[in-house]
Amino acid sequence: MEATNALSVMTAAELTRLVLAKEELFILDVRNESDFKDWKIEGERIDVINIPYFELLDGVDPVLDQIPDGKKILVVCAKEGSSKFVAEQIAQAGRGNVHYLEGGMKSWSEHLEPVKIGDLKNGGSLYQFVRIGKGCLSYMVVSDGEAAVVDTARMADVVEEFAKSHGATIKHTLDTHLHADHISGGRKLAEKTGGTYWLPPKDADEVTFSYDKLEEGQDIIVGNTTIRIEPVYSPGHTIGSTSLIVDEQFLLTGDILFIESIGRPDLAGKAEDWIDDLRETLYNRYRGLTQDLIVLPAHFGKISELGEGGKVMAKLSELYDKNPGLNIQEEAAFRRIVTENLPPQPNAYQEIRQTNMGKMTPSEEEQREMEIGPNRCAVHDK
Amino acid sequence: MQVDLVIDTKGLACPMPIVKAKKALDGLTTNQIMEVQSTDKGSVNDFQAWVKQTKHELIKYEEENGIYKFFVKKV
Repeated sequence: MEATNALSVMTAAELTRLVLAKEELFILDVRNESDFKDWKIEGERIDVINIPYFELLDGVDPVLDQIPDGKKILVVCAKEGSSKFVAEQIAQAGRGNVHYLEGGMKSWSEHLEPVKIGDLKNGGSLYQFVRIGKGCLSYMVVSDGEAAVVDTARMADVVEEFAKSHGATIKHTLDTHLHADHISGGRKLAEKTGGTYWLPPKDADEVTFSYDKLEEGQDIIVGNTTIRIEPVYSPGHTIGSTSLIVDEQFLLTGDILFIESIGRPDLAGKAEDWIDDLRETLYNRYRGLTQDLIVLPAHFGKISELGEGGKVMAKLSELYDKNPGLNIQEEAAFRRIVTENLPPQPNAYQEIRQTNMGKMTPSEEEQREMEIGPNRCAVHDK
Repeated sequence: MQVDLVIDTKGLACPMPIVKAKKALDGLTTNQIMEVQSTDKGSVNDFQAWVKQTKHELIKYEEENGIYKFFVKKV
């Protein structure tokens, strides 16, 4: 009998660093086939196979030859239990370097990786929080002891801790639009830190709470240095969608413009009405802005959109060259692309919208379940 | 419908509900019916996929107050 090897645990944070460093990894995903097809862990040098754990109840021997020897192995399931069950057996069969993912896909969905985007002109920095499992991006502007957070994830504690560790108090939380793919942590965070929560009024018709109106023509000052957040009204994804220009350098596009795609107009149920707005924003409004602005979107859909160190960013001029969504000359063709053959909607998107309006108050565990799966906010996500 | 065996996996998380169900199913004779009770929402999809894969028959699946009940007939 071969010696039993030790089994190791891998956290979502460790896995994130491994993906960002483009390291090699072999993943055995033991969830059922439909969950796997819907959503999985991806990386440039990651190989993944799917064999449900319930096909391995009598042992892993039949599949051992599908697991490469000598590579780092990670077994993944929805929550953890089944991956541990399978990984233990692989280690017992004498394989080394075997890990299971702590907390499973639930933890993977929630991990936020802070990445520094750049310095601001009068001191201060801009950070991007990469929610790598779900493809969501939020932002923090830190300047002279104050912070503003944009499109905050539900896991607001992580964001608050980050601000604290940078000696900053969160004064403002902003949502560029009413989100349909994730539950916003903006309101909760503002309540906790005594900050102001900003939301575009046109997306807030039905909200049950008070908020400050994120409208064009207003500046939001963060710190003593003049960091301007200039809302640019840019409807399309939702009627209220608003873009922000930070420090005259960065254009936060929300769910209107991504690196390799553009926002889908159908998640609030009004695709037909908003196609013209979306086209106007992408083909005229953004064209009129300084083309040197660095675009920072609220999502990525493909692993190829993750740049160096995990940064998701590109110059506006570059996107006009390369992004297929900005290069559809015919209006009719544009209309077709943004309404037909769209990817499936994000999981529980109606309930998520209701929650973000304050009309539903699901428990923490229910919120977690609602957010399972990829964001699917772009036209080209399949 | 006459249930021959009830397997209670309430409170257990993956993979235990299916591990227990499989053991029980192995001990049944053809045409006997087993009822598996679970509180693990995550195992609903798994359970259906598992039964399909075993070629046995999932006769019925229901939810009542957070308890999921699966009725499986051994083929």
